[in-house]
Amino acid sequence: MSESSKDPFGEGEAAAKARRGRNLAIAAGLGAFVILIFVISILKYYGNVHAG
Amino acid sequence: MRDTTISLSHPAAAPAKAADYVLLLKPRVMSLVVFTGFTGLLCAETPMNPILAVIAVLCIAVGAGASGALNMAWDADIDALMRRTRARPVPAGRISRADAAALGVVLSLLSVMVMGLAVNLLAAGLLAFTIFFYAVVYTMWLKRSTPQNIVIGGAAGALPPVIGWAAATGAAPANAWLLFAIISLWTPPHFWALSLYTATDYAKAGVPMMPVVKGAKFTRLQIFLYSLIFVPVAVAPAFTGLGGLTYLAVSGGGGVVFLMLAGRLWRSGAGDAPAGEDGLYQVKTGAREARDLFAFSILYLFALFAALVVEHGLHRLA
Repeated sequence: MSESSKDPFGEGEAAAKARRGRNLAIAAGLGAFVILIFVISILKYYGNVHAG
Repeated sequence: MRDTTISLSHPAAAPAKAADYVLLLKPRVMSLVVFTGFTGLLCAETPMNPILAVIAVLCIAVGAGASGALNMAWDADIDALMRRTRARPVPAGRISRADAAALGVVLSLLSVMVMGLAVNLLAAGLLAFTIFFYAVVYTMWLKRSTPQNIVIGGAAGALPPVIGWAAATGAAPANAWLLFAIISLWTPPHFWALSLYTATDYAKAGVPMMPVVKGAKFTRLQIFLYSLIFVPVAVAPAFTGLGGLTYLAVSGGGGVVFLMLAGRLWRSGAGDAPAGEDGLYQVKTGAREARDLFAFSILYLFALFAALVVEHGLHRLA
């Protein structure tokens, strides 16, 4: 990984590292939310199927 | 957010890490809310899909976290003035007020929406009301306007077991509201005991906590009177079918100790001598009684709910 890709905004190493950490946390949060909605959908679907 | 002239900009502040956003959610408060919400859900004694039960508790936790973020966004000016809170991410300058508020609003909407979609509308409505009550009624209005702030505002912290119960059953019967009453009545002695030895900070920030406005002697009397009401209510579940013998032993034994500590505090001079600049958690000789009651109140509330979890958990396993 080149220096520019580690610090694309030229904000300094610490700030760039913190930004990467925040971005990863947002990605993990969004991924978890998608999985959560999927699981709820499946549970509701099977609940309705079994209810007739 | 009364004094907007107080500067919260910190040019030298470290960049915000993901962990700072977690701190905005007040994780220690979240853990208590998860515990009491789960207890309410378990006490309902109604079969519930375990995954939906986990989702319900998750929604309660995220809703509580959202309230915490909104609280920190609004209170950043006074948080900056108090030693207990000045290291928080917003007053320390690592996160802006706008970002904290945005996180709080987004998580509030998501938690209520998911609760409504996955569980039921009563639980979602109660969760929305809890967030509104804590963020708007308590934080924006009561906290800075009356020494009764925590008496009324304590309702927000007391609702999670009712939400848990509603998540499991779609209803909120009297026993659920008994759990609400226990936490509501526990809140004043708990926080006033703390404020007896942190009154200097509250006075500096202009927060009208009871010892600041009415003095330490009046506060000690109020703590004792509230304790006289709180302990019988804490024992009551043993007689309403909610708690069993274990609960009776824990609530009764702990209640006697609670009343003894509250009585000792009433007769003491705790809070009469103001804490010095270096003495936030350094207990002054005269404030030891207040610290003892504060510490025991946490243990007592935990023990009450743990007893219910044990009894209802064993009942489910049987």
